[in-house]
Amino acid sequence: MSSADGGQEVLRFEEVTVRFEDEVAALNRVSFRLLEGESRILLGAAGSGKTVLLKTSIGLIRPSEGRVYLFGTDITELPEDDLIDLRARVGVLFQEGGLFDSLTVEENVAYPLLNQRHARFAPEEVRRRVIEALRFVELEHTLDKLPSELSGGMKRRVGIARANVTEPALVLYDSPTAGLDPITATTIMTLILKARDTKNTTTVMATHRYQDGYLLASYRYNPVTGRIERAPVEEIRRGGTKYLVLREGRLVFEGTQLDIEACDDPYVKKFVKRLQD
Amino acid sequence: MLDLLKGPIYSFQEFMLLMGRAFRNLFRRPHYPDDLWMQMDIIGVGSLPIVMLIGFFSGAIMALQMARALNQYGATSQVGPIVAITLVREMGPVLTALLVAGRNASGIASELGSMKVTEQIDAMRALGTDPIQKLVKPRLLAMCIVLPLLTIIADFIGLVGGYLISCPLLHLTTTSQYWSSAWRALEYNDIAQGLLKPFAFAIVIALVGCFYGLQTTGGTQGVGRATTRAVVVASVWVFVLTFFIGKLFVRL
Repeated sequence: MSSADGGQEVLRFEEVTVRFEDEVAALNRVSFRLLEGESRILLGAAGSGKTVLLKTSIGLIRPSEGRVYLFGTDITELPEDDLIDLRARVGVLFQEGGLFDSLTVEENVAYPLLNQRHARFAPEEVRRRVIEALRFVELEHTLDKLPSELSGGMKRRVGIARANVTEPALVLYDSPTAGLDPITATTIMTLILKARDTKNTTTVMATHRYQDGYLLASYRYNPVTGRIERAPVEEIRRGGTKYLVLREGRLVFEGTQLDIEACDDPYVKKFVKRLQD
Repeated sequence: MLDLLKGPIYSFQEFMLLMGRAFRNLFRRPHYPDDLWMQMDIIGVGSLPIVMLIGFFSGAIMALQMARALNQYGATSQVGPIVAITLVREMGPVLTALLVAGRNASGIASELGSMKVTEQIDAMRALGTDPIQKLVKPRLLAMCIVLPLLTIIADFIGLVGGYLISCPLLHLTTTSQYWSSAWRALEYNDIAQGLLKPFAFAIVIALVGCFYGLQTTGGTQGVGRATTRAVVVASVWVFVLTFFIGKLFVRL
């Protein structure tokens, strides 16, 4: 589990509101801070603003009001050119994997290594890192496959490999288990825990499944056994991993696994109850 | 009335912004030479057969249609200069550009449009790369390099087509007279506008394709719409530009 002992600030939202064409706010005065090594679980129903929040945090969507700070830089009005270099330090897994459908698995994973402005790797180094990243998600045998030949779960795994191949300081996962069967979903969650805990990566995960949040908040990856195990209560209490519950664009709850289990809010309870049943 | 104009003017402004960003990025790192080669192959080598075919027939048709008129005045020996001047000044650049607009403006728009609607453009930005650098720049550069070359080839093949009609077939003139008069008829003015035109067309075709591709919204139907618009707009601009560039060079 990650620590919360005053690392560098990675991401900060200050009263951020996002409106599309002056309609209802997709995000409504959202504020939170994320420090190095911490994790956040964005929990909320479909349409609650999870994806918008993730996209806003890397400047793909600009806030209508409020300010966003990424790695200490105010990106609210930062020109696209400067944003590109900041984004190079962030890994992103898109909802459906977001793979380039005309590139092979190998080219997809190599994409950030070959194409980022400051990335200059020798071909052997690129290949080594691509294979290493794919071995991490146990897909090193699919190098020459096209995304269309992969199953939904495999696409997400390639997406995870691509998000982590540059060893980014911050990784964003957008609904990594949406539409997957429970077994594949657990595999994906194990990989996310593994990626977080072996490299101590700052992680934000959007999900509508409380089980996923529960795993990220109260489990950790054990590199010795290669499995996930329950984290000690003291570690959970320290608050390195917190839930951010979104409802119709508003942040209605922020707290640890222990807090969310004790929360009285009926909307939050709806999520928590489902697992206890 | 003002509302009617708002849409096109807004589009034009967005187009100019894209053009500005594309040109500003031309000399800035990172460069993607592999993508440039690939686009030159797709646009240049891919269009070569059809451009040669159309070039051949336009020269041949020109000679064929001129034969009677020239015969009337007893000026059949002038067929070489006529074919050369019409091809180099107008027909070669415009026909080649129209073909490439049909083939590649649509190809570019549909490729980028599909990427846009499947959020691959966003993925590209999220992964720390600039779609202008990665997608627009190679297409723009490739088009600017290969379209003038394709035009030169079309011009030459057209002259050959005109020759085959006027000498072996209709016996309008002799081989040496056809080629030497055609060669002498061309002035620097003709060559200059014959090469300036494809260069201007290239910028328009590539950027219009990219522009409508990147503006695509509304799923697969949107991709179809973007493709159609790209071809229509690029073709119209080819005609508008050829008029104005032609005007620039005509001094009576």
